[in-house]
Order: sequence, then C-alpha cells, then structure tokens
Amino acid sequence: MGVSQASFSAALFDPAMAAPSGLVSGPEGRRFNVYRNNVVVSLTEALKTGFPVIARLLGDENIDGLARLYLRTHPPTTPVMQRFGDTFPDFLASLDQLDHLGYLPDVARLELALRRAYHAADAAAVDPAQLAEIPPEKLANVTVTLAPAVQILRSDWPIHAIWAYNTQPDAPTPQPGAQDVLVTRPGFDPVPDLLPAGGAAFFAALQGGAPIGTALEAIGTPDFDLTRALTLALQGGAFTAISLTE
Amino acid sequence: MHPTLPNAPGIGFKPQHFAELTADPGPVAWIEVHAENYMGDGGRPQAQLAHLADRMPVSVHGVGLSIGGEDPLDRDHLDRLARVVDRAGAASVSEHLAWSSHGGAYFNDLLPLPYTDATLARVAAHIDQVQDRLARPILLENPSSYLSFTESTWSETDFLAELTRRTGCGLLLDVNNVFISATNLGLGATDYIDTFPLDRVGEIHVGGHDRETDETGAPLLIDSHGKPVADPVWTLLDYTLARSGPRPVLVEWDNDVPDWLVLRDEATRAADALDRLPERMETRRWA
Repeated sequence: MGVSQASFSAALFDPAMAAPSGLVSGPEGRRFNVYRNNVVVSLTEALKTGFPVIARLLGDENIDGLARLYLRTHPPTTPVMQRFGDTFPDFLASLDQLDHLGYLPDVARLELALRRAYHAADAAAVDPAQLAEIPPEKLANVTVTLAPAVQILRSDWPIHAIWAYNTQPDAPTPQPGAQDVLVTRPGFDPVPDLLPAGGAAFFAALQGGAPIGTALEAIGTPDFDLTRALTLALQGGAFTAISLTE
Repeated sequence: MHPTLPNAPGIGFKPQHFAELTADPGPVAWIEVHAENYMGDGGRPQAQLAHLADRMPVSVHGVGLSIGGEDPLDRDHLDRLARVVDRAGAASVSEHLAWSSHGGAYFNDLLPLPYTDATLARVAAHIDQVQDRLARPILLENPSSYLSFTESTWSETDFLAELTRRTGCGLLLDVNNVFISATNLGLGATDYIDTFPLDRVGEIHVGGHDRETDETGAPLLIDSHGKPVADPVWTLLDYTLARSGPRPVLVEWDNDVPDWLVLRDEATRAADALDRLPERMETRRWA
C-alpha cells in the first residue's frame, strides 16, 4: 500500500498526526518533520514578508503562532506567493482574541494593497497639465481612468498613521480617527497617501466611471478638499486618461 | 530556435544585486530566476527581468508546478509559466521531480515521491503536457531527500533516465541535492553520479546546505540555500564535470542572501571548476 499525497499533506500541517506509514524516515518518523518544518517556516516567512507591519505590531512570538493557525485553516491556494495572504485580513478580523486590536485587519488590508500595487500592470500616466488646461467650470464633467496600480482604502482606524509610525523613524504617534488612503505607484515603489475625509468614496466613484461632479455629490461632504485629492492622484500617476464629457 | 545557456557560471538572480550585476557581471554569464516571482503583471520585477533578458541568457526555473502531484496540473499556472518563459526569452526552462500542491493547497516546498511504475507514468504524462504547452523540452531537477518510500521499486537515477527516454526531457543535475540525499539516506554520492544519465544534463546546480545531527547522532543535511557551497559539494562538482564535460553551472543562494561580492566569488569558484577541465574535452550538448 502506497503513501497517498492526501495522507502526506494532512500530516504536514498537523504536528499531532503521526507521519504516514510506508516511509523510511528514521525513529518515529522524525525525518518527516524536516518537511513539516520546511513548509511551516517557509510559509510563515512568506506571511511576515507580505505583512511586515502586522508582524511588527504583534511581535515575533505572536505572529509565528498566528501564522501556524492561519496556515492550517487557510493554506495557500496558488504557488504565486505574491498573492498569499489575500484572506489574512478577514482571518485577523475573525479572531476574538484580537478584538482589542481592532485596527489590525485594516492595516493588513493596506499592506495587501501596497503589495498589489507593486505587482500591478504598468501604465503611462497623463501629464498633470492636461487637467490644468480644463476650465474650472467644466471640471464636474471630467471622467478619468485609474491606473491598474491604484488602490483605495477607507477605514474607521488611523491606518495611514499606524503604517507610517511602524515604517518611518520620524512619524508621529497615531491619533484615533478614521482615515482614507490612496495607494499609487509613481515609479516602481507604491506610495500610500492620506486622503482628505471622503476621499475613498470619491475615488471609488471615479473608478466606477462617474464624472468628478457626480463623484463629489456621491460623497456628500460639502467641504471636501478636491484640489488636494486631485493633486495627490496626479503626483502619484493615478490617472491614465482624462476626458471631458459634455 | 531558443538561445541556449553557455557552459559557464550563472547565478540565481536576486533583486538586491540588480545594480551591481548589470554594472559588472564578472564571471557571471547567465542568470536563473524563479518563475513564480515573475508572475505579476508589471512593476519592478518585470522591468528588471526585461532589462536582464536583453543582456544575458535567462534560465526560467519553476518551483510551483507540482509535476509529481497526484492532482492534474494547474492549467492556469502552466499558462503563467508560459508567459514568464516568453517574457524572459528563456534559454532554458526547468522544474523539479517533486510535488508541492494537493487538493487545492500549495505547500511552498518540494515534497518527495515514491519511485514506482505508477509515479513514472504520471510524471511522464505531466512532463509531456508541460512540453506540449511550452513547445520545447524542459529540464527536470533531482530532489534533495530526507526520507524514502518502502514502495519504491526504481532507483532515482534509473527513474530519471526512464523519464528522459519517455518524454525527451533533459535533466538539471543538482550536485548539492545529490550530496544531501546521499548523506541523509546513507548512499554514495559518487555512485549516484556514476549511474546518472550525464548525457541528458543541460544544467548543473550547486548551493549551500545546513548540517545538523538527527536524534540517532547521524548527520542530517538540510537543503537551505543559505550558505556558501560546502567543500565536498565543490569536490562532487569536479567529479561530475570530469565525466559530463563542461556544462552551465548555477550557484543558488536563496536565503540570507549575501552581498554581491560574496556571491560573485562563488561564481568565480564555479568558473575555476570549468576552467580546470581539459581543453579538448567533448562539449556534447544534451539536446
């Protein structure tokens, strides 16, 4: 009777399970543990590489334990490791013992967004002058196409401040409050920018094809800083096309 | 006609070495990339790959196709591999005699196979499928092993020889893996080389391993790719090249990646091994 890959793989993620019989693998099947260790360590490292801020916030011991639980319940479904962890934010949100760290899932979503932006397709950004040439009274009729790298996030937590505090030496201590973030990729390195309040809804509407005027109405924030939002988008190369509809 | 790998040293490319490699490759005549790291749509990885592919031959080395898997091959992943091969203008395409996925889960490790008639038929069918999709032969790499299967009826070298006969594939001979498996399974490394179908070898790997001791006091070598190549592996490379003739030799260093100059010195050592071969040695290619 041969060793099936079903029995081999079931024992990989479950240290309580004996090594499959039919292996010549040393006393008590201990050599099997080399594969167990390779799988768990390599995937744990991949998770920590993909979510460095989450790893830092939780600390080494906690992230290692959490990774083992995540791997058992959500093993990777693709050999493309850049996609590993798509379900990690929801997994973090599902754990009762992390309720006191309510911001973790959204910080993980920001890290996932940065990774997606890094690998997104290249696209030529429009010259910012193209938007400047449009008369202000016609701005409401402008539609844009967003670059594939653009990611839009809205959180009840100060995710941009938390991310900055854990990646930049001089960043200020995060203060409570919701934050919207726009991720762009002006060159090869993704940039997360803090948006004025309502910014995520605004860019989501633009992404859906709405003209700027309609997008502004949709967010319902009368004092929305449109200039700031458009400046960040243009600096980040977020627009690959601008067109004026009548 | 595809370009081919030169009988010279190559390195496993790491993004942190991009500037130094492109400024002065030294003895490095070609590079190898892990296919799965270049399966995104764009950005820096694709830009670096395109830049390097314009300047030197690229070997595309897959680590995730699970050619030894009981499950059918993942057609989407095979399509992704084909795209990387195309983008890199690959001089060589290789994969492993191993499995890494089962039941929709991916384990990020190269897992071992029993060498039976049933495994042979399955792996041969998968290699045929890959070679049909890519419209070119691939090289299949011998694994590093920590255990064996009681059900095996073939030796690994006979198994690989039969696979090349059935599918027309070539072989990637990892001499570090040979040394690791021989030590861990209590076999002779040079015996393995003596029975290996060297005329089918299109590329040779060397790399670092970790030396541990198991609970019986026996040495246990781990294929870590995180250290310089060990002296007995360089010796085994000399032994192999003296029998195979010159081949493309790749230095793998995937974990705790060193500074460029350290890696370049390893490539120089591979160049020295090739230079030591007699001038008039036959340079027959595998295909």
